[in-house]
Amino acid sequence: MRDPMTPSLYRVDKVVRELPDTATLGLVPSGGDGPFSFRPGQFNMLYRFGMGEVPISISGDTLDRSRVVHTIRAVGSVSRALTELAPGDEVGLRGPFGSSWPVDEAAGHDVVIVTGGIGLAPLRPAIYHVLSNRGRYGRFVILYGARTPNDILFRSELESWRSRFDVDVLVTVDSAGREWGGNVGVVTRLVDRAGFDPLHTVALVCGPEVMMRFAIPALNGRGVPNGRIHVSMERNMKCAIGLCGHCQYGSYFVCKDGPVFPFARIATLFAVREA
Amino acid sequence: MGDIRDMGLLLKEHPFFQDMGKAARETIAGCGRNEVFEAGRYLFHEGGAADSFYLVRHGAVAVELHVPGKDPVVLETLHSGETVGWSWLIPPYKWSLDARAVELTRVVVLDAKCLRGKMEKECALAYELYKRFVPVMAGQLLAARFRLTDVYGNPER
Amino acid sequence: MPDMDAKASGAAVVLGVDGLDALVGLLVAGGYRTIGPRVEEGAVVYGPVRGVADLPAGYVDEQAPGSYHLTRKKDGKALFDWTVGPHSWKRYLYPPEQLLFRAERRGGGFSVLPAAEEESPLAFIGVRPCELAAIAVHDRVFSGSGVVDPGYAGRRDGAFLVAVNCTRAGGTCFCPATGTGPRARTGFDLALTEIEDGKRHLFVVETGSERGAALLAGLKAPPADGALLATVTRLTRKAAKAMVRDVPKDTPQVLKRNLDSPRWDDVAARCLGCANCTLVCPTCFCATVEDTTDLSGGVAERWRRWDSCFTSDFSYIHGGVIRREIRSRYRQWLTHKLATWSDQFGVGGCTGCGRCITWCPVGIDITEEARAIRAGEGRAGEGRR
Repeated sequence: MRDPMTPSLYRVDKVVRELPDTATLGLVPSGGDGPFSFRPGQFNMLYRFGMGEVPISISGDTLDRSRVVHTIRAVGSVSRALTELAPGDEVGLRGPFGSSWPVDEAAGHDVVIVTGGIGLAPLRPAIYHVLSNRGRYGRFVILYGARTPNDILFRSELESWRSRFDVDVLVTVDSAGREWGGNVGVVTRLVDRAGFDPLHTVALVCGPEVMMRFAIPALNGRGVPNGRIHVSMERNMKCAIGLCGHCQYGSYFVCKDGPVFPFARIATLFAVREA
Repeated sequence: MGDIRDMGLLLKEHPFFQDMGKAARETIAGCGRNEVFEAGRYLFHEGGAADSFYLVRHGAVAVELHVPGKDPVVLETLHSGETVGWSWLIPPYKWSLDARAVELTRVVVLDAKCLRGKMEKECALAYELYKRFVPVMAGQLLAARFRLTDVYGNPER
Repeated sequence: MPDMDAKASGAAVVLGVDGLDALVGLLVAGGYRTIGPRVEEGAVVYGPVRGVADLPAGYVDEQAPGSYHLTRKKDGKALFDWTVGPHSWKRYLYPPEQLLFRAERRGGGFSVLPAAEEESPLAFIGVRPCELAAIAVHDRVFSGSGVVDPGYAGRRDGAFLVAVNCTRAGGTCFCPATGTGPRARTGFDLALTEIEDGKRHLFVVETGSERGAALLAGLKAPPADGALLATVTRLTRKAAKAMVRDVPKDTPQVLKRNLDSPRWDDVAARCLGCANCTLVCPTCFCATVEDTTDLSGGVAERWRRWDSCFTSDFSYIHGGVIRREIRSRYRQWLTHKLATWSDQFGVGGCTGCGRCITWCPVGIDITEEARAIRAGEGRAGEGRR
């Protein structure tokens, strides 16, 4: 019996320094594992030798089986250590875990992505999926908020998506100098400006919880019901397989019932305040 | 009269005046005129007399704070379908910030002196306007508060 | 899992104290690590036992909210007159500390060596019905919900369970309310009922598995007659009647709709957040992991350790702790135990053993808290969300 707590070995094959605190790692199996497959929105547990293990969303393309891609922001000692890896270094990997963005269910609908900060990374596989199957979807809108123009993740990719005629990309920042010619303001205000049909829209939301708390009423305000808003939740995780108890969210384990939830399922819990 | 009817149509199409009664809209239309701002031109400056407000028809306007010795800080950008300026409602009717066209921007300028006079006389009209400005102000206040929390900030920093 | 779901099968037999000693001896001889009740530091705990001489003869526990006293009856002979102590069998099936793997540096990378699991099978002597229920709960958690914990499954598969029915109610337990006792119906290899009334000292033994029947066959024990079986029923019913605490069936719904009850503030003012309740609970399974390296940095280990939802960093995510106040932590514990657990695993999380009540340093009684939350319904608006 394979122990679900024992990691497989992966070698760092490519490193992209996205932002001063954020790096994208491409990993290839070095311990004999076969090709890795996953669904958009799922995550892996990445282990850095002797330091620990953290949950990291997969940020690559489901169609690219050559490497497993993660975009990691240094927010603690393990994630910092992961961002400092170089090609050739090895990590432990367990996964993929969790639920996924409803990319099939969304077919035939407009797709609206509302995201901010590092929240774009868990959504990138869903964006790739929609772009690879563009004809299956209605309008495709990506709304992204960042702290400043220098904090915009995947900037060149956002620019290239924006240059397509079949994607609306709106980016806004919380504050900027004059050299920034784009939007300034909160990402939720973009919801009001974006062109989509609220009655036939599936919204995918990922970002800091406060951002999501503002984004959901904005989507509701446009007429998108909670049942067609999907959010990605974040909680402490030690095992990712529903055994350590840390990520409990009401009756749910975020690691296996989430991280992606239809908002209607968790709307009551979302309103319960923990302090 | 023809101008007012055209202006009435423009207002009717603008989200800010949606659902406003025809009479009130026609009254307001009497205080409006079209204007175009080239990119970089200021709609108004901090401290100037706030005797107008603007409906953005096309383009984008940056609301800025001038900082001595530094580049101005852009606080918010406003786009087609939105309004610029509410200092005209609040004594002593002076602009608190700068507003600059980010790109070629077409606006409807509404003469605030004219409107203030009409609002004093017609409470119903005043109510119609306040009913539309208060949510805009509340929305911007909430957005400003949201940004105060620095949600995207790295907790490690 | 061995097939232990069959109802006690075959005729019940009678063993004397010597017979029980022989039964333990057979398990020892069969290569089992025999674990049973022992008296240590003033409490009945579970540790290695080799025969009845190791068992707590004559000991009786007095339990109440926040208190546990073990006394020895003068001339007392009964081996199982105590109820449950601070230990539960989870410390053997799901050890407090477990090595998950070792990793060794190798060039630029490292290799992972799984933790060796070469242990002889376990035999538990004296598993109470509420504890059988707790083990059944852990079976769901560790191998019945899609993911299998191989360490647990391995230890559990081999484990031989000798249950003992309760003929005396503990001071804090309430198994009739959770439907888990005081008489074992399922989940055991053998189940004992001790009858010790001055005139006689014997054990009525019921069989719950083929393995149990096979072991018993080696003892050539006589069958139990109808009068003895009636005594078993009478004694366990008497124990059931002595337990007064109740957990009404609709408790999950009541708790879920009262997450803003002012009672959470009330209990938070008393709760010390010490985590005792979670450590003594036979079903609490939360764990954390710890990484260590040797001095050279060449060898790393990853350990799993019991954790508690009452610890301050349990809900930490980058930037902060989600459940900062004891109110939130207590609410998490109680709602999980009595409400959301059954959504997760299709079985309740509380088996009525009463340990959390006894070992709470301030005597918080979960049944009382649940009752108070129900009583406070309608005043919910006074609380915080």
